[in-house]
This record gives sequence, C-alpha cells and structure tokens, in this order.
Amino acid sequence: MAEQREDEILGKAYDSKLMKRLLVYIKPYKMYVIAAILFNILVAALGPLRPYLSKVAIDDYIMHKDYNGLLLIVGILFASLVIQAVVQYYLTYFTELMGQKIIYDIRIQLFSRVQKLALKYFDRTPVGRTVTRVTNDVDALNEMFSSGVITVFSDIFMLVFIFIFMFSMSWQLTLVTLAVIPLLFYATFLFRKKVREEYRNVRTHLARLNSYMQEHVTGMNVVQMFAKEKQELEKFSSINDDFKNANIRSVFYYAIFFPFVELLSAVSISLVIWYASGEIIQGILTFGVLTAFLQYIEMFWRPVRDLSEKYDILQRAMAASERIFNLLDDNTMIKNPDTPVILQKVRGEIEFNNVWFAYNPGEYVLKNVSFKINPGETIAIVGATGAGKTSIVNILTRFYDIEKGNITLDGIDIRNLNKRDLRKHISMVLQDVFLFSGTIKSNISLGNSDISDQQIYEAARTVGADKFILNLPNKFDEEVKEKGATLSVGQRQLISFARALAYNPQILILDEATSSVDTETEQLIQNAIEKLLVGRTSIVIAHRLSTIQNADKILVMHKGELKETGNHQELLAKRGIYYRLYELQYKDQEITKTA
Amino acid sequence: MYFVRYKKTFVLGIIFILLSNIGQVYIPQLIKQGINAIEKNAVPEAVLKFVLLIALTSLLAGVFRFLIRQTIIVTSWKIANDLRYDFWNHLQKLSLRFYQNNSTGNIMSHATNDINAVRSFVGPSVMYTIDNGTKFLFVFFIMLSMNPLLTLYALLPSPFMTLVVYYVMSRVHAKYTKIQEKFADLTARAQENFSGIRVIKSYGREDYETENYMYESKEYLKRKMDLVKLQAMFIPVFLVIAGLSFIIVLWSGGIQMIEGNFSIGELVAFYAYLGMLIWPMISFGWVATMIQQAEASMKRLLKILNEPYEIQDSVTTDYNIKEIHGQIEFKNVSFGYAANLPPVLKEINLKIEKGNTVAFIGKTGTGKTSLVNLIPRFYDSTGGEVLIDGVNVKNIPLQTLRKNIGMVSQENFLFSDSLANNVIYGLNGTSDNAIEKAADIAQLSKDVESFPKGFETILGERGITLSGGQKQRSTLARALAIDPKILILDDSFSAVDTNTEEEILRRLKQFMKNRTSIIISHRISTVKDADKIFVVEEGRIAEEGTHEELIELNGIYADLNKRQLLEEELSEMD
Repeated sequence: MAEQREDEILGKAYDSKLMKRLLVYIKPYKMYVIAAILFNILVAALGPLRPYLSKVAIDDYIMHKDYNGLLLIVGILFASLVIQAVVQYYLTYFTELMGQKIIYDIRIQLFSRVQKLALKYFDRTPVGRTVTRVTNDVDALNEMFSSGVITVFSDIFMLVFIFIFMFSMSWQLTLVTLAVIPLLFYATFLFRKKVREEYRNVRTHLARLNSYMQEHVTGMNVVQMFAKEKQELEKFSSINDDFKNANIRSVFYYAIFFPFVELLSAVSISLVIWYASGEIIQGILTFGVLTAFLQYIEMFWRPVRDLSEKYDILQRAMAASERIFNLLDDNTMIKNPDTPVILQKVRGEIEFNNVWFAYNPGEYVLKNVSFKINPGETIAIVGATGAGKTSIVNILTRFYDIEKGNITLDGIDIRNLNKRDLRKHISMVLQDVFLFSGTIKSNISLGNSDISDQQIYEAARTVGADKFILNLPNKFDEEVKEKGATLSVGQRQLISFARALAYNPQILILDEATSSVDTETEQLIQNAIEKLLVGRTSIVIAHRLSTIQNADKILVMHKGELKETGNHQELLAKRGIYYRLYELQYKDQEITKTA
Repeated sequence: MYFVRYKKTFVLGIIFILLSNIGQVYIPQLIKQGINAIEKNAVPEAVLKFVLLIALTSLLAGVFRFLIRQTIIVTSWKIANDLRYDFWNHLQKLSLRFYQNNSTGNIMSHATNDINAVRSFVGPSVMYTIDNGTKFLFVFFIMLSMNPLLTLYALLPSPFMTLVVYYVMSRVHAKYTKIQEKFADLTARAQENFSGIRVIKSYGREDYETENYMYESKEYLKRKMDLVKLQAMFIPVFLVIAGLSFIIVLWSGGIQMIEGNFSIGELVAFYAYLGMLIWPMISFGWVATMIQQAEASMKRLLKILNEPYEIQDSVTTDYNIKEIHGQIEFKNVSFGYAANLPPVLKEINLKIEKGNTVAFIGKTGTGKTSLVNLIPRFYDSTGGEVLIDGVNVKNIPLQTLRKNIGMVSQENFLFSDSLANNVIYGLNGTSDNAIEKAADIAQLSKDVESFPKGFETILGERGITLSGGQKQRSTLARALAIDPKILILDDSFSAVDTNTEEEILRRLKQFMKNRTSIIISHRISTVKDADKIFVVEEGRIAEEGTHEELIELNGIYADLNKRQLLEEELSEMD
C-alpha cells in the first residue's frame, strides 16, 4: 500500500529539471525527431488541403460543367489521401520505434545500475518496488516519448493549416467560424480539468476498494473466525458504493461534454450557413467555400482534444521519471578503490584484525574479531543463531564494509582490491540455495562462457550430482523452474556445490544448510563437501559434526565475539561454549551415525 | 440476471438513443434545406429559420445523448457494483481451503479486471451497438431515399472498414497477449535477479545478467513493434477508406450536379451522413472484440461464483444450541488437505475437560495447527468426529461456534485500522472496559502508552508498524476481548520475550478459570504448567501427560526439555 501510494502521487505536469534529464535520452535519436517533425508537418497540411480542393472542385469545375477538371481534382484528392496514409503509417511506426528504443536505453541503464547497488539497498527495499521501477515506471515513459512530445507538433500544425486555408478563402467567414472556438477551448479544458479531478477521485476510491479487498482476502480467516461476515459485507458495500458513485459522477461530465461539443459544432454550422447565405446571395462568397468551411468545422475538434490530453501524459511521465531518477541517483554502493591492487594469483591467506561491524550504526554484530587462516586450511565457524557467523562471510566478500579494523587477503587490505577481482577468487555456497530459471547447466555455470560443458559435467560428477541429473529427462538441459521448485532440497544443494566447484575458486565459503535431508542424500552431501574443501582455503559455517571434526580450526562465535578457538578435542575439553553447542547441535549426529 | 433488475432503465436508455438519433439524422436535412434555400435566393429570414432549427435540433439531440449516458452507462456501473457485492458476499463464505488454493493476487484480479471487462460490455458495448446500429439504419435509409445510386457508390468501401477493424482488433489481441507475456518475463527476470543478487554478486555475474536483461528487453521491444506495425495501419486504412467515400461522393455527385440531378445542399448533407457512418463502422469491429473479452471474464467469474461453500450450517444444524461450555473431544479424527495428499492427522483421540488448560508441543509440520483448526471448523475432519460439549461441531451453528472460540493464529494478522478497533474486532459495539481489560492481560498496556495516540493509533501501512511481539499480543487481546469459552493460542508467544510471556500466562490463568484453553508452542516454558500436554509427532499423539509425567517418561518431551535448558544456559553466558 505504501508502495502503491508512492506510485500514485501525481505532481506537476512539467518540471524543467526532470525534462532536461529526459531530453538527454532523446539525443541519440535526433535524426528521428527531425524527420518526425517534418513528416508531421506534411501530414498536418494534407488533411486540411482536401476541403480546400473540394471547394475548387465545386466552384471551378462543377459550376462550370467541366468533367475533366472534376476528374483531375478527384485524382489529386486520391493521391493526397494515399500519400497522407503512407506517411502517417511510417510516422506512427518510427515515432513508436524511437519511443521504444529510448525506453530500452533507460531500462538497461536502470537495471545495470541496480546490479551495482550494495546489499544494504536490497536489505531496506522490498524487491517488488525495485521491480516496479524497472518495469512499469519505465513503460509509463513510453507514451511521452512516442506519442507525447512529437504529436504536439502535429496538432499545432494541423490547427495552423486549417486557419491558413480558411483565411485564404474568406477571413470574414473564418471569424464567424472561430466565434465558437474560444468556447470549445474553454469547454475542453474545463472538461479535462473536471475529468482529471474526478479521475483522481475514482482512483482514490479504487485504491481504497482494492486495498480493502486485498487486506480482507489476506485476513479472511480472521473475518471468519470472529464471524464478522455481516459487518464486513456492510463495510465493503459502502466502499463499493463510494466507488460506484465516483464513477457515476465522472460519467456525468462525459455525458455533458460530448453532446456539448456536438452542439457547439451545430451552432458553428448554423452561424456559417447564416452568414454565408447573405454573402452568397450578394455574390461575394461561393458554395464551394461554404462546403469547405462546413468540413473544417468537423476538423477542429480532434487537435484541440489531443492537446488537452497531452497534459495528462506529461504528468504521468513526470511522476514516473521522478521515481526512476531517484533510483538512478541512489548511491548505496560499495566503491571500488581508485587504484586497485591487481591480484594475479591468490594463495588464500586471510586475516581479520580487530574487526568491528554493524548493519545499523552503533549496533555491532561483530566486536573486535581477529583470526588468521593459512592458505589451504579449513576453518569451521560455529555459534548460536545471531552469533555473527554469517556477518563474517558477508564482510569478507565486501557485501558490506566494516567499521573498524581490517581484513586482508594475502596481506592486502580487501578494500584495496577490485570487488570483482576479490569475488572471483571466492566462491560462496549459501544456505538458501538460489536457483535461477533456466537449465541445470546454466545454473551451474551461471552463463559463464569460460566454463566449458566438460567442466560443468566434471563439477557435477565430483560433487555426486550427476546421478540425479542424468536421471532427468533432459539431463543437464533439464529446465529449472523459478527458484528450482521442481527439485528437492538436497538436489538444489548439490547443484550449488557443483556451481562453486565449476568456478574453481582459491577460497570457498560454505554456509551449511540445516534442513534435514534423507540419509542417502546426507551421505552424498557429506562426500561432496569433503571434495569441495580439498586444496583450497575454506570457511564453513558448520552444522555438520563431520565438517567440524575435519576442520583444521574451529572458531566459536558468541554474541558477536570470537570466544574460543581450537580443534574439536581441545574445545570439548574446555567445557565452555563449544561444549554446550556440541551437546545442543552436534551430539545427536554422533548418535545417529553410530546407530 | 442483472439486466432484469434494471430493465426499465435500459428500455428508457434505448428510447433515448432512438430519439437522439432521429434528431442527429435530421440535422443534415436541415442543412440541405438551408443551402437549397440560399441557392434559390430565398430571403435571409427563410435561411434563418433553418439555421435556428439546426441549433435547436442539436440541442434536443444533445439532451437525449446526455440522458443515454445517464441511463445506460450509469446502470453499467450499478451492475458492476451489484456484481462485485455478490462476488464479495460469496468470497466471505468460502472456506480456508479456497484461500489456500487461490492466491490473493488471483482473487484480486477477478474482482477487478474481470468485473471491469463485464462492465465494459454491459455499458459501452451495449450503448454503442444499439446507438450505432440504429444510427446506421437511419442514415442508410435516408441516404437511399435521397439518392440510391450515390448511396451505393459511397458505401461501397465501408464494409472494408468493419472488416479491417475486426481483422486488426482480433490480431491485436493475440499480439497484445504476447507483449503481456514478455512483460511478465521482464518482471519475473528482474524479480529473480534482485532476489538472487547475492549469488550474482558473489560470482561476479552482474554483466552477464545485464546482457540477459538486454536480450529480454529487446525481445519486448520487438513484440511491441510487432503490434505497432499492425496498429499503425489502423489510421491510414481508415483514412483511405473514409476518404474514398468522400471522394466518390464528390466525383459522382459532381457529375450528377453538372447534369442537374443533384444540389449543393444534398452534397453537403451526404458529406455529413458519411461523417456519421464512419464511427459506427469502426465500432462494430471494436465491440465484437470487447464482447469476446467480456465473455471470457464472465466465465472466470462464474467459476468462482459457482464454487461451493464447503463449511456452512446444514440440515442437521441444531439451532437450539445457543452457548458453548468448552468440553472438547476428538474421536478417531483423521484429516488431510486433499484426497491425493498424505493425511496430516491420523486417528487422533483425545478429550479436553471444560476449564482445563492443555498444550500441544512438537516439531513444525507435525499437524498441531491442523488439529486445532478443526475446532472452529476452518476445515472439517475427513474421518472421525470433533465434539464440543458432546455435540458434533458440524451440528453447532457456525456463528455460535466461532463467537465462543477465541483463536490466536500464527499469522497474527491485524487490519490497518486503529488498535482499539482491532482489539474489539470481535465485539459488536464498543466497550472501553473490554479493551483495557484485554490489553492488560495481554501485557499491551505499556506499549499503548508509548504510542502517539494510544489505542487510537492506526496500525499498518498508513500507521505505525508493530514489532512481532506487539502484534502477537494485540491478536491475543483481540481474542480475549470476545470473552471466549474456548481459547486457542497457536504459537502465540514466539516473538514475546520469556519474562513477558510468563507474566501473560500468569494473568491468563486467572482469566481462563472457567474456560478451556489450548496452547500450541515449541517452548517448554510455555506449556509446562498445563493440565495436560500432548506431544504431537507425524500426525499422531506420541506422548501425553503432565510436565512431570512426561519428564519421567524420558521420551521426546524430556529430550526437548534438556535442549531448551542448554540453550538457555548458552544465551546467559557472556
């Protein structure tokens, strides 16, 4: 709802700052714009030409009984029609194409910008909101670029040409015709204003109706539990009625406006005929001119209405662009150093020196943590929930930056490394395996063309994922649905192991999943983990006894501090935190193992 | 069926359409006569008569036009309103199972898009069809009576117009669907990317993902342009066909004029009539596609409207039951969510005496919630019987049953309304006393003091966001406020700290003296004082007894107890 409200705010129709930024996107398509304006002028001229031609036909040929002359005019009329039709087609096509291309540019710029935002941004912003920016908001700009800016010219030119033709035939009659024009303008803009108000009103009631329904469908069990169906129905009914009444009110304006415009045109026709009658009788005016004028009256109204619609289009585009620019301007980023140290080969020596870290200022989740991992070592991090285990791996990959202290890789502060470089050497296997829609293969390689199919198969074989994959109908090309819904928890984990292995990193971070799997899968996973850890520096947030027992070193985290360090036996002997954690989390595994 | 309710208005609307069209069709005749009068060099007063008549007729036609919208379109909104009302009334009676199987978004789309499509049909579609149909006939016959041959020539191109509109519109629909699909892909891709941003960042796949998105966006652009190619045809074709009619009239009419068989006035009238015919020609094609959409929407709506009420009073309901005392019994109860799914509860037998406090403990997904959901009949058991005061719950009036049960479920859903209104949600009418009392037991009073407007503070999106614990305690207060005979607390203290929990339980004890309480929890501390504790495992009661008895038993419960003691010890260490 908060989201919805933000999206519904309609501000000014024109904001020069926003407009300037928007126009930057048109620049690459300057030629399109120029061509479109020229074609628009052509189209705008051809339409009003025809009533004029029919005047010529009547006065010069029909009245003089000139069959060939009439045929000539008919031919010209037809030609102008065809030309206008063809030009109009390409005009529509190319302005729309330009609009779409601009939209595309903005969308991609926005998307790649979002890719660079730090995790902090994603922590505080609901995914849905960012998605809306990239999809709906960008689309809302389309209307402005394709039909908005350029057709304004067409409307104005059209009116200008109508006036020119009319004046050239009879300025007196033009004035008579134009007598109702101010009224038409006024009525149209008044109508637009009223409709806009009513539209907003309708939107408000619609939003209320929708949020009521949304909320009560979600909480239907509460409604039913408290047997409030009757009262809720009454409440719904009143909101529903408000919505209906708002709509009926806006129908009222439409109902008045359209007949009124028709009336205006009838009045204009009446005036023209009346005035012309005197002139014709006196021989000042011809019937041809009268016919032409009667046709021009019909032509006025479309450009006037179109112009008034532009206001709404502009307003919507401004609101959307403001939200888009806000996101483009979001600076929640972890910056790369200006002159990064280039990493050629990594040994995998990691050191934390008095590291302090907080997600929110002042609330430290890691306090003064120091430890060193030698190349090729496996360390296990254990601790209760909220002890700070995940934070350690988050800051090592610079998903977040630390407040105090430093972290080094092979003796280099990781803040002096290019993020991309740093992460290239570290593979992370997260507890919630995230699979993308695509194939098994694409989920292992993540689309990296440096990883050959052979390497993919090899990685899958090494972690023991090949058995189930080869049993799938399409094997490695089997489609993976959104979030891997068709695969079991264990299978998803094996795929994520294969992914990590395929990237063959020097450093591996593994957040072991706690979810229980059947014994067979468990055996597979344990074997896979053993294979994964060989020959690289590994940090494991451990939930498996086997992993801990095989680790070179165990770090025991407790309430953000590193409390105990040592191997399994040493730590057990201490009878401290580790001992209790062991009793709580790992001891059972021993029992099931021996059982 | 909804039409019937507004039959009179519709008939009136149709009459207005006829009257307005007669007026509109008459205007070109007046123009013709006016011009003819000029041609015959009539006195200005004679012309003036026609001129005034034109304005007057237009005014009359306009008034009727106004009334058309005020009857037919207004009625269409009324019908949509009725339809939505019935839809909602129906939704409220559907059981939880329906909501489990249908996403909120899905239901919302029916309530908004589908009802909208139906309204467009009963309003604009009906209006335009009748309006344009009659107008077409009127104009056609008048033109025919004026000049049959010219009419034939002039209207020659117009059937193409209807055909083109229909052709374009029906293809537009297919192309539009393709665009929507791609747009959905774009949305899904972005959604997936932003949700999986950790993986993308840690494997450095940002550029690849952007490239992928470029590819998808390009495809979207292509599909849009596909539609544009088609839609861009619309105006030019319309221009040519309509323009052709005018040219034919000028040409053929001009020849006839030269021969003296046709007047300027008639030419102008013909022009005007052609102008009137363009819109009907377009709208026939347009309305045809609109009707198709409305049909599909109505089908979807009917599917939901025909969804049976699974849980309701029946012929065996005993309306003499006016109150509930609180004795609960499960006899061989089994339950499954669907016939093809394994049962969640298997032959449960248990008895809870009136005024007792019992607890259910066990791992997540073992069936505790499903078990208590059978008591207020959120679901009906698939086997066996659930009895309250010795009566099968199916025979107790649903209203009576639910009004006497206070249930606090895990979702702790609150409405975006004031806290006070949330707490007294189950009451009819206000009672400050009830609010205070319930808030006091639920340990909510202190929080309320810190809220800007106390109990009148608005919650949810438009107000303040409560913490998990505050939400749980608010839903607890809501359940207590109705003064229930049976209180069910489904894991209601998970976000409440242990000290507050203890205090709540202490106060509840007093409140629940003569009531039956059922507590579901993972925490030993919450359940240990219950009169009886049931340990649920895999849909069965695995152990039952008091805290002491179960510790003695040294089974699942005792193990759980040991772990929780350890956890407590650990969290107290520094």
